[in-house]
Amino acid sequence: MTTNLSTPSAAAATTAGANAPQYAISAAIDKIYYGDFLAVRDSVIGVEKGKITGFIGPSGCGKSTVLRSLNRMNDLIPIFRLEGRVDFMGQDIYAKDIDPVSVRRHIGMVFQQPNPFSMSIYENVAFGLRLNRYKGNMDEQVERSLRRAGLWNEVKDKLKQNGLALSGGQQQRLCIARAIAIEPTVLLMDEPCSALDPIATRIVEELMLELKQDYSVAIVTHNMQQAQRVADITAFFSVDVSKGGRTGYLVEKGPTKELFDHPREQLTREYVSGQFS
Amino acid sequence: MTMTTADFSQAAAAKAVPSMRRSFAEPRNLRSYLLTLSVWLIAIIASVPLFSVLYMLISQGGARLSFDLFTQLPPAGFMPGGGFGNAIIGTLVMVGIGSLISIPIGILGGIYLGAISPDSKLSETVRFVGKVLTGFPSILVGVFVFGALVQAMGTFSALAGGVALAIGMLPTVLLTSEQAIRMVPQRMKDAAVGIGCTTTQTVWKVVLPTALPGIMTGIMLGIASAAGESAPLLFTALFSNFWLESLVEPTASLSILIYNFSGMPFPNQIQLAWSASLVLVLIVLVFNILSRLFGNRKV
Amino acid sequence: MAQLKPTSLSEKSISQNPSGAEYATDRGFKWLARASGVGTIVLLVAVLIVIGAEALPAISKHGLSFLTSAVWAPGRNEFGILAEIWGTLYSSILALIIAGFFGVAISIFLTQDFLPPALAQVFRTIVEMLAAIPSVVYGLWGIFVVIPAIRPVANWLHEYLGFIPLFSTSFGGPGMAPAVIVLAIMVLPTVAAISQDAFRLIPYKVKEAAYGMGTTRWEAILKVMVPTAANGIFASLVLGFGRALGETMALAMIIGNANQISLSLFSPANTLASLLASTFPEAGQIEREALMFAALTLLFITFIVNVAGTIIMSFASKQQTS
Repeated sequence: MTTNLSTPSAAAATTAGANAPQYAISAAIDKIYYGDFLAVRDSVIGVEKGKITGFIGPSGCGKSTVLRSLNRMNDLIPIFRLEGRVDFMGQDIYAKDIDPVSVRRHIGMVFQQPNPFSMSIYENVAFGLRLNRYKGNMDEQVERSLRRAGLWNEVKDKLKQNGLALSGGQQQRLCIARAIAIEPTVLLMDEPCSALDPIATRIVEELMLELKQDYSVAIVTHNMQQAQRVADITAFFSVDVSKGGRTGYLVEKGPTKELFDHPREQLTREYVSGQFS
Repeated sequence: MTMTTADFSQAAAAKAVPSMRRSFAEPRNLRSYLLTLSVWLIAIIASVPLFSVLYMLISQGGARLSFDLFTQLPPAGFMPGGGFGNAIIGTLVMVGIGSLISIPIGILGGIYLGAISPDSKLSETVRFVGKVLTGFPSILVGVFVFGALVQAMGTFSALAGGVALAIGMLPTVLLTSEQAIRMVPQRMKDAAVGIGCTTTQTVWKVVLPTALPGIMTGIMLGIASAAGESAPLLFTALFSNFWLESLVEPTASLSILIYNFSGMPFPNQIQLAWSASLVLVLIVLVFNILSRLFGNRKV
Repeated sequence: MAQLKPTSLSEKSISQNPSGAEYATDRGFKWLARASGVGTIVLLVAVLIVIGAEALPAISKHGLSFLTSAVWAPGRNEFGILAEIWGTLYSSILALIIAGFFGVAISIFLTQDFLPPALAQVFRTIVEMLAAIPSVVYGLWGIFVVIPAIRPVANWLHEYLGFIPLFSTSFGGPGMAPAVIVLAIMVLPTVAAISQDAFRLIPYKVKEAAYGMGTTRWEAILKVMVPTAANGIFASLVLGFGRALGETMALAMIIGNANQISLSLFSPANTLASLLASTFPEAGQIEREALMFAALTLLFITFIVNVAGTIIMSFASKQQTS
C-alpha cells in the first residue's frame, strides 16, 4: 500500500467536530530515536480533555514509546532522543528549561506491570502526597483515592499491610490510586491490563470510564476489544519495515466507532478486521 | 498544526498552567545537587586508602627490591641485608597444601549442591554452613587447627598451616563452584540426560566443562585470600628463620614475617617488611587478576 | 535398578545399557560429592567442639569472672577479658558506623546511574581491591601512614575538645582511633558489595514507578530504592559487623594491646582477636588455656552475628525477588 500518512491537518480534521476538541496534551512527534535506531516517525496525536484516547497497533509499532514520551518517562533511557514538540497546557515539555520531574507530577502514569512500592498500602497512596508536601488531610485523600480506584472496600482493614501482598489486579488498582492521589491533569496508562486476568481487567476498565470524568486519559492496549470498550478516540499505529528498520508511525485516528467501522486506511481495515496483528 | 494555541488557551483557562521550569534554587533540585556532590566526594575519599597503600608499597617496598630478598634468610636483630626467601617458599607451600585439600572437596561439594541434589535439606544446610564459614574469623580457624592438629603432632608445621588455609578457602571454592554449576543452562543438562548419561557422566561431560571458568574464578579468589592470610598461620605454622626442610616443622610465611618485623625497632627489618608486603600484594593481585580474567570469560 | 532387556531392543541398535562399571562410578561419585558436602557441616561442628573443649579447663578454673574482670596477669594466674570484649565491640561499632555510611553511599553511587558503566566498573574494582589487601599490610600501613597522619588532628582535638570523653586522653600512637580507621577500610568492601547486590535486585519497574510519580533522582533513591533495599542493606551491616569483630592482625599491630576500658579514641585498647594473636605465640600453658576461653567467647559472638546476618540476607533476597 502507499503510505498515506495522517498529516497534521488530516489528523485535526478527524477529531475536529462541531465543538473543537480541547487537548490536554498535543504532540507532534517527527522522530524518536534510540541511539541510531529510528523507533517512531511522523505521529501527531493529542490527548483530549475528559476523554479516553486509546493507542492500538501491532507489537513494535511504537505506541508505548509514544505514550511514554508524553511525560518524559523515556528520559530514563540515556540513548532516547525526540524530535518534535509535545505540548502540555501551552508548554513544550521538551523545551530546554523544563524539568522532567515537574512534568511527571502533572502527567501521571500507570504501567504494564503493577509496580507498587515495597511499603504499606497506605504509604503507597500517600507517597505522591508526601512528595508534593500535601498540606490537607492525608487520611482523607488516601481514602478518596482508594475509593476512586475501587479498592477501598478490599483494603480498608489492612492499610498497614505491604502493597506487594495484594493480588495482581489489586496491585494495579493500588497503582492507579497512587497515581490519581495527587490529582494529575492527565493519566497515561501503558497496557494496564496486560498482566491481569479477565475479571480484574473488567474492574480496571470500569474504573477508567469513571476516571475520565476528572482526568484526561491515554491508554495503550494490545487488545482491540478493550479499545472499543473504553476509548472515545482511538489512534492506530503501525510499523514500517520498508527501509530495513522497524519504525512505528501513526496511521490514522478518529472517534473509536468510526475508526473501527469505517476506517479510512486500508491498513487500518486489515488490522481491525484481524487480518494481521 | 491546527490544534495548538487556540486549544491550549481553553485548556489553560480550566486549570492554572503549572510552571514546570527547571529551577536550580528550588529546594528539591538544590538538595539533589548537594547529595550528588557528596556521593562523588565519598567515593573519591574511599579510593584514597587503596592508592595510599599502593604508593607506600611501591615507594617503600620497591626501594629495597633486589635479588637477595628472594635468596637470603631473614636477618637477625642488628644485622644489615638479608631477605625472606624462606618466607616466600613457606607461603607458596602452605597455599599449595591448602589448595590441594580445599579445591577437590570444594568442587565436589559444589557439584552436590549445584547438580546432584540442589533442593534437598542437606544441601540447604551445607549452603548455610558455607555462608556462615565465609564470615568466620580466620583466627578461630587457627585456634581450631592448633587444638586439633598442632597439639596432637606436638609441633607447629607447614602441614597444619596448609590445613588452616584450606579451611579458609573451602567456603569460597564451594559456594562459587555451586554458583557456576547452577549457571549451566538446564537445556544442556537435559540434552545429556536425554541421551542416556548417568548423573556422573552428565556432570563430567557437560556440567563441569561449561562451569569451569566460574569454578576457576572461585579457586583463584580462594588462593588470593589464602596467600594473604596471617592470623591462622600464627597458631599453626608459627615462623622460622631457616629454610623449609620438612612439612612438620615450624614454617615461615610472608605475612607472619611482616607482622614480626613491623614491630621491630630496626630500620632494616621495617624495610624488609615493606618489601615483603610488596611481594605478598603482588602474589595476591596476580591471583585476583586471574580470577577476573576467568570471570570475564564466563558467558 | 531394573533395566530394559536387550531382547526387547532392536538387534541393530548401537545403544547399550550402561555397564556395571558405569553404575558403580556413578554411585561412588555421588557418594563422594555428598561426603564433601557433609564434610563441610562436620567441619563447622568440629570447630565448635574443639574450641569448646580447649576452653574447658579455663572455664572450670576461672568461671564467669573471666568475662567480668579486666585483669590479664599471667604472673598471678589472673585472667579476665572484659577490656577485650569492650574493645572488640567498641572498635567494631565505630568502624561499622564509618564503613556503613561510606559503603551504602558508594553502593548508591555505583548502582543508581551516576556514572557511565565503564567508570562505575573502575570504582567498583577499587573498592573490591580494598578487600584484596592482606590484613598485615593494612597493619603496616596503619603504623607508618595512618598514625602519623592523624597525630596532628588528634592532638588538636585533645587540646581543645578534651572535655569530650572521646578525646579525653592524649594521643600516643597505637590506639583505638587508627584501629577504627583501618578496620572501617577493611569492612567497607563487604558492606559495599552486599548493599550493591541489594540495590541491583530491585526490579526496574520500581524505579519506573518512582520516576513516574515525579520524583527527582534523589527522591527516588531515598524514598523508594533505599527502603526497598533496606533488608539487604541491613544484612550488609550485620555481616560487616561480623567481619570487624573477627579482624585480627591489623588490629594487633595498631590498637596498642592495652588491657583497659576507655571511651577515648586516643588511648590504646585491645580486642579479643588481637589479644589472641599478640599473646599466643609466647604464652605458657595456663595462659594458653585462658586464651582458648577468649577464643570461645569470640567464637560465640561472631557466630551469632554471622548466623543472624546470613539469615537476614537470605530473607532479604527472597523477599526482594518474589
